[in-house]
Amino acid sequence: MSDSPGPRRLRAAPWVDTAFEWLTRFFAFLVFALLLAILASLVVGSQLTLEKYGFSFIWSSAWDPVKEEFGALVPIYGTLVTSLIAMLIGVPVSFGIALFLTELSPAWLKRPLGTAIELLAAIPSIIYGMWGLFVFAPLFQGHVQPLLIGSLGGVPFFGALFEGPPIGIGMLAAGLILSVMVIPFITAVMRDVFEIVPPMLKESAYGLGATTWEVVWRVVLPYTKVGVIGGIMLGLGRALGETMAVTFVIGNAHRLAVSLNAPGNSIASALANEFTEAVGDLYFSALIELGLILFLITTVVLALSKLLLLRLARNEGART
Amino acid sequence: MNAIHPGNRIYRSRKRVNFILLAASSLALAFGLFWLVWILGTLLYEGGTALARATLYYQMTPPPGADGGLANAIAGSLVMVTAGTLLGTPVGILAGTYLAEYGRRGWLAGATRFLNDVLLSAPSIVIGLFVYSVYVAQVKHFSAWAGAVALALIVIPVVVRTTDDMLKLVPNTLREATMALGCPPWKMIVSVTYRAARTGILTGILLAVARISGETAPLLFTALNNQFWSNNMNAPMSNLPVVIFQFAMSPYEDWHRLAWGGAALITLAVLVLNILARALFRKSD
Repeated sequence: MSDSPGPRRLRAAPWVDTAFEWLTRFFAFLVFALLLAILASLVVGSQLTLEKYGFSFIWSSAWDPVKEEFGALVPIYGTLVTSLIAMLIGVPVSFGIALFLTELSPAWLKRPLGTAIELLAAIPSIIYGMWGLFVFAPLFQGHVQPLLIGSLGGVPFFGALFEGPPIGIGMLAAGLILSVMVIPFITAVMRDVFEIVPPMLKESAYGLGATTWEVVWRVVLPYTKVGVIGGIMLGLGRALGETMAVTFVIGNAHRLAVSLNAPGNSIASALANEFTEAVGDLYFSALIELGLILFLITTVVLALSKLLLLRLARNEGART
Repeated sequence: MNAIHPGNRIYRSRKRVNFILLAASSLALAFGLFWLVWILGTLLYEGGTALARATLYYQMTPPPGADGGLANAIAGSLVMVTAGTLLGTPVGILAGTYLAEYGRRGWLAGATRFLNDVLLSAPSIVIGLFVYSVYVAQVKHFSAWAGAVALALIVIPVVVRTTDDMLKLVPNTLREATMALGCPPWKMIVSVTYRAARTGILTGILLAVARISGETAPLLFTALNNQFWSNNMNAPMSNLPVVIFQFAMSPYEDWHRLAWGGAALITLAVLVLNILARALFRKSD
């Protein structure tokens, strides 16, 4: 009875099961290996400059394709400064929007308003760039920059950030446009984590007489702190790697300038502008090493963001 | 005991702080919407006339000063986006299937899920560099295939993520019921869980298509650009984003007009795809 033909016939082709499982496992492994493959290819591609300059590549500000001297300081500086500006503006605005959408908005408005903010993320970055170059930069040059230079340019130390002629394009303009681009990403995460706060907690605070702001600041935010930081890191990762929008408005000058009004360069925009025109192995290698640096920075930032969000999710699981 | 008395100073200042900060929150929302309206308004205003001209759709990209359209760029974009989607989607769905269905034990699923989320937001220009080094530099010429591969690499993480999420939403009771009927696991996945998660997975694919339609950075070093119509997948191929980039950066007025037309076209397509995906997803739940 134990080896009746029935069950055996039902499992007529057990190899199909194994094959399917291994097929899916193979592709999962492919995705897993992709990130490592990208890293490996960038390391191999930047062999020449890695050997020639070592770590000094990172703090050298030279960039002379003719004499073949290269350093990454200017693009790294530009990338960090523009992303910092983007975060300074983007984070509070995203927090405000998330707060509005979770606590203040009437229920029927939540969906359309949320969708509208998410559409900001759907607009391709080249559109931001083109709009920034043709529409935003001239207005910025004519109306905002003179005001900034006039009011803040004279302040000691701090004023150096706003020195120089208003030319519209530059690091400040790039940072401002980046700030708009990161808003939807940070807002989406903040909204999600605000919504996991147990209503009981909020209601208890309201019951004690707290105002809406006090509930958000003293109850919702401490509860979701880890997730909020994760969302900010996600936005930062996006800002660091943003290419086309920055390329249009940053001005593409390989020059280290303190003033935010000055044109600069970011890693991504240097790649977009120079890669197809690069001549010579060393030049190529220098550009690929720039890509490697960018990839390492964004991967670390994004991995941290992911870890923080995972931690929030795990704590959430432990509480319930 | 007049702590809550409306005339209390602390009470009034708390109310005031609350009011100011909530007003600031509304302003933040207005700030966000303001840019959306401004950008879309500019696109319609600047690109509207270019979109309305039929020559945009059947003439080739012109040299500066001549009349022309974007036909080769539109066709090239369609070809590469289609090829990229066809290459990336099966990989993404199968990998996502492993994560959701088989990956409950072992390290691979967790690690892949983590790295996939990093890839999801990784700078697309680095993807372009990668495809350049492993493909273009090896065969020594730019090609539409390279562009399609670069786009596929952007499609994959999006599809993996949505497939994984959507399959996890399928209730386990459905799986148990199928298995109890004697159905082998592969058959259960293909004909039951895939079907249950169909709309969700389709939403993910639509979002991926929307994402790659506007991607410029990965195409710069892979597909490059082509001034003429090309049917050769092994040669450089024109595409809308790169044409917009070149035309907008040029000093020529008529190239700018075409670039605005292309920009309006892409944005319109991307927004329609996004809204379609949302509508589809909402209908499913």
